[in-house]
Amino acid sequence: MKQNADTLYLDSRNNSVWSFILQEMKPKGKIFTPFNIISIPIILVGLYIIFIRFTQGLGAVNNLTQEVPWGLWKGFNVVTGVAFAGGAYVLAFLVYILNMKRFKPILRVTILNGFLAYVFYSIALIIDLGRPLDIINIIIGNNYGVSSVMFLVGWHFLLYMLAMLIEFSPAIAEWLNLKKAHRVLSSLTLAAVVFGITLSVLHQSGLGALFLMAKDKIHPLWYNSYLPLMFVVSSVFAGIALVILEGSISRKVFTGQYPDDDKESHNLILKSLAKISAGAMFLYLFMTIIIFVHEQNAVYLSSKLGAWYLLEVLGFVMVPLILYCYSCTKYNRTVVTVAAVLTLIGIMLNRMNISIIAFRWDAAVPYIPAWQEFVVTVAIILIEIWVFRWVVRRMPVIRKSPEWAKNNH
Amino acid sequence: MGINRRDFMKTVGLAGATLTFGKSVGSPQQDETTELYGMLYDSTLCIGCQNCEFSCAGEHGLDDPTDAPELGVVRKADTDHRTVVNLYETSQGEAYIKSQCMHCNQAACVTACLTQALHKTKTGPVVWREGKCMGCRYCMLSCPFDSPKFEYNKTNPKIVKCTMCAERQKEGKEPACVEGCPMGAITFGKRSDLIKEARKRIHDDPDFYYDHIYGEHEAGGTGWMYIAGVPMNELGFKTDIQKKSYPSLTKGFIGSIAPVDILLPGVLLGIYAATKSIREEGEES
Repeated sequence: MKQNADTLYLDSRNNSVWSFILQEMKPKGKIFTPFNIISIPIILVGLYIIFIRFTQGLGAVNNLTQEVPWGLWKGFNVVTGVAFAGGAYVLAFLVYILNMKRFKPILRVTILNGFLAYVFYSIALIIDLGRPLDIINIIIGNNYGVSSVMFLVGWHFLLYMLAMLIEFSPAIAEWLNLKKAHRVLSSLTLAAVVFGITLSVLHQSGLGALFLMAKDKIHPLWYNSYLPLMFVVSSVFAGIALVILEGSISRKVFTGQYPDDDKESHNLILKSLAKISAGAMFLYLFMTIIIFVHEQNAVYLSSKLGAWYLLEVLGFVMVPLILYCYSCTKYNRTVVTVAAVLTLIGIMLNRMNISIIAFRWDAAVPYIPAWQEFVVTVAIILIEIWVFRWVVRRMPVIRKSPEWAKNNH
Repeated sequence: MGINRRDFMKTVGLAGATLTFGKSVGSPQQDETTELYGMLYDSTLCIGCQNCEFSCAGEHGLDDPTDAPELGVVRKADTDHRTVVNLYETSQGEAYIKSQCMHCNQAACVTACLTQALHKTKTGPVVWREGKCMGCRYCMLSCPFDSPKFEYNKTNPKIVKCTMCAERQKEGKEPACVEGCPMGAITFGKRSDLIKEARKRIHDDPDFYYDHIYGEHEAGGTGWMYIAGVPMNELGFKTDIQKKSYPSLTKGFIGSIAPVDILLPGVLLGIYAATKSIREEGEES
């Protein structure tokens, strides 16, 4: 009986769903905000550069060389960006697997963030491909290069995007008031989470494994055979740091969306996140030191790159670790946020060092990204923020789910 | 958050099967019964006439070289020039050296390629196949010799490198550069025969040759092998190249993927089941 009623409800609303979506397409909120005024020109220039890239070739807009084939678009948008999006699998693990309910209020926004990051970084990757149409070869399966790390990263990446979409889909159903779909989609969540975490562990570590064959090309301070393990451990605190930063910005931008009891629960969340970050960072620092000693890397420290390495490890791993530890004993919101920002800079340095700066550090013609590469990199992130804002203003991402949807969780 | 056990097991099985598909294939390996062909280059015979460069350009329809080997200038192969000859001042006087793709027995680029565009043929040449490549340039990142070159300035770019004239080999002909060489500095043949020949030359004139066949063991063995009067690092070649093949560096990781894909979901479900009781008690924080 109940089943029938639901079906009828959906059918009778089919038409109005589409008109509702059309109506929602219109912008909400002020148009001339400082963010919009700055971001629109950058996005337009970025799109123009992408147009040039497709009409005149990659060389017209980037400075890549035959020795350094991967630049900013892969090194930053893909290798760094994926680490930043690690929060989605870490929080899903905490909430659904460890059953730590206190993180639930920030789960959806983190998964949305992760999903959009992956979508836009895939776009960055496709722009960077020389022959983008042939990407179909790895999907349709006539040419599976199964011994390739990149093949495995690609597939795990793709499937994880699907898992995140499933994890987020109940929010879309709530937005469109689709009760039956909501029930079906919610029932898929646990499966999506379990596979999402598995896929994440493998593609996060796979990103590190991509560089294993570049043994002679990466400076010995950064190259080691444990890169996959280091990448997956650092993705834990990189993801959490972005969750903390995004939370503090979202709280200023989307003020109306937060429930009344937010402040209290948010402090509790931050405190726990600081603790988890500190744990993961300690493990990472410990492993870094062991590798450093084991590979007898001390000889390289006196060089310029040695100082650069020390800055990365001491300034942007050890310092934020100390700050996180400090806020575990004496909680302070600002300290946690500062620690998160330092952590993000550290991860950025680490990933860029491995993929760009310490990669062929000895090349006769060093790779310095062209301004066009910077603009496209920033433009892609700005478009992502636009879409993020569009979704948050419409769907129950930060604000609470409607009453009818609560029983499904 | 309800999901019944049967659905769950179904998903576990399905994902496990998908993700482990073909993983055991591993890095491409040579059939034991087919013999690899290769090239032996003898630097002591080379006079730097560039005939190999010209015949390569003619064979593949590329631009003729416009510059000549010169002391202090390192010419590099690029998308229009698949092979180059350089001149070095060594401890035994001036010497020429030719460079091009090494055609590794277990090539890093072939293992790196996720669409099988780079392919190690049965007889030895590593070739690039149009229509499969998506232009990710992971082969370039992985190659220890920086051999694959990318046409950055084209809208439909190719990966370009020496093919060891695989098409000519099929027709029973020698590669173009071998035919073009007036000095017999390049020898084409079965790899095992070439190693014997190289050993013989070194043995017959031990004072003249430096006792090392570059490429016999470097990077797990390469199709192109070099002998010279001096160590190869004096001729601009990397001598710290590892003796194991480059694909062996990722073997451990590739091998660990299937077990993680299969076992981790089970572990996660176990933890989920263990914390479920907490949920039922209605925990607060």
